Amino acid sequence: MGNGMFLTEEEKKILDGEFGETLQKVMKTVVLYGQTFGAKRLVKLDGPVHLVTSFGIPMLTPVFEMMEELIKSNIKAREPFTVDPRPLDYRNVPVSIAKKLIFKVMYGKQKEYEVQLKAVGLKDDNAFTCACYLPEVGNIPKKGDILAWAESSAVVYANSVIGARTNRNSGIIELMSGILGKTPEFGFITDEGRKATWLVEVKTSNLPNPQVLGSAIGMKVVEDVPYIIGLDKFLGLGLSDDTKDYLKDMGAASASNGAVGLYHVENITPEAVEMGRNLLVDGYKSYIIDDEEIKRVINSYPVMWKNINAKPKLCFIGCPHLSINQLYFWTERIIKALENIGQKKLKITTILCAPPDVIDAFKRDEKTYNKLIQTGAKITYICPLMYMNNPLCANEAVITNSNKLRTYSTARFYLDDEILERIVRGY
Amino acid sequence: MSKIFKGRVVLGGNFKGEAVVTHKGLNILASFQKSALKKSKRVICADQNNEELYGRDLTDKIICLPTTIGSTTGGMVLEAVARLGIAPAAMLFSGHIDSLAAAGVILSDVWVNKRIITIDQLGDEFLNTVKTGDVIEIKEDGTIIIE
Repeated sequence: MGNGMFLTEEEKKILDGEFGETLQKVMKTVVLYGQTFGAKRLVKLDGPVHLVTSFGIPMLTPVFEMMEELIKSNIKAREPFTVDPRPLDYRNVPVSIAKKLIFKVMYGKQKEYEVQLKAVGLKDDNAFTCACYLPEVGNIPKKGDILAWAESSAVVYANSVIGARTNRNSGIIELMSGILGKTPEFGFITDEGRKATWLVEVKTSNLPNPQVLGSAIGMKVVEDVPYIIGLDKFLGLGLSDDTKDYLKDMGAASASNGAVGLYHVENITPEAVEMGRNLLVDGYKSYIIDDEEIKRVINSYPVMWKNINAKPKLCFIGCPHLSINQLYFWTERIIKALENIGQKKLKITTILCAPPDVIDAFKRDEKTYNKLIQTGAKITYICPLMYMNNPLCANEAVITNSNKLRTYSTARFYLDDEILERIVRGY
Repeated sequence: MSKIFKGRVVLGGNFKGEAVVTHKGLNILASFQKSALKKSKRVICADQNNEELYGRDLTDKIICLPTTIGSTTGGMVLEAVARLGIAPAAMLFSGHIDSLAAAGVILSDVWVNKRIITIDQLGDEFLNTVKTGDVIEIKEDGTIIIE
């Protein structure tokens, strides 16, 4: 062990089992993982980890057993961490008895698992979201911070929009790193690993939908790093709140339709602002995205419904979770669209997903919150993917503006304007 | 006539068995989840997007692949099938192993005590040569013999 990797005296002692067998296994896991990718050493984490595993699905028996072992050995993460969203919220996302029975089996270990999460260092009861980096949630890294995150949409945001450094870790590896307070130095942690191998030129006539642009990029570059030009023409320079939201959704689509863990956007994202096209490697590949390409990508999405003409039963907006800015945006759009046709209620049950802390902040603006709720829209903290994992839910006609949700479920994708039209008019 | 390839040992071992080949990324979650949820006695690949693997028995097989793709829960799912005793016997990668697969085989090895022999960097020629149903011999030093 430690082959090819420099370990400090303390790390060696942990690896030799001087601090107990469980911590030895934690170190062994992280060292083996690092060695596999040619890491020469472990580097200190600058911020808390963010876990991908938030769901107590009985299939993950080894995870529960490992957590129990950690707890018995009194081992926890060095800093309080955040975790992906909870799977269920019967109050705001009501389900039939049949669905509830299936959910009870599917997430039968949820309560026990949440107890385990708390015991190993979960931040608090509100720490369940995929968008942990939002200001209200507070797991906010700084540029250059070394992290060990796993949730793919959070990884790509932290790396690209914030300029922090995390690999696209698998679940559990991030927890092990959080326990040690260290992660192997390779990939996106290094300067070399952050270089772009693709030049992506956006040549559309208008700002493309972020979910489709991200999808196009992800499908083309897969796990490579793209350097994107042409977006500053629409988004302006630097990172406004609107731009951050745009990049959040674009990144999530690129990470799920491909496996993008880092992108640079010329004149916008921090490393691109600093280094410009010096981020591109020699011999980079090129990809042009124009109006035709956007159309082609949208038309390539399969419709997974049994009856493609079915009337939608449900609409999910907010995968990844919405920022407070986006909650206000959708509230305004929904209310205006209803007013325009003299209608008070939405015709399709519409669920807006956001972090618990963002929902709390939004609810404090009672007037706006009540206006939204009066339209029949609901706000929840769940992960819609976990909802759609229920086979009975998967059989229903669900629509979404999320490309991640489309990719991992039977939900049908529509652009924002089409979604609005459909939830208001009910088709 | 047998063909010999040499790769890098991620987790070594000696094994002889049957190959199952995919030329596109193996989606761990989509492929294994259904069998793991049902606690089946064998993993039958459930990924409808992978026509080479869909419906095939993956338990105790040697999966030959370029990479794994999909959700970052993939590593844990692989560990879960290892815990159930229905994991593949080996994974042979033509390129560099990815972070999800690496996590899965390492977690299985360290926490479940189940070794999934893993060799990577076998080259594109390996994946172009091996066929589903071939008998493969894996040696401790990363040598692969397709019989």
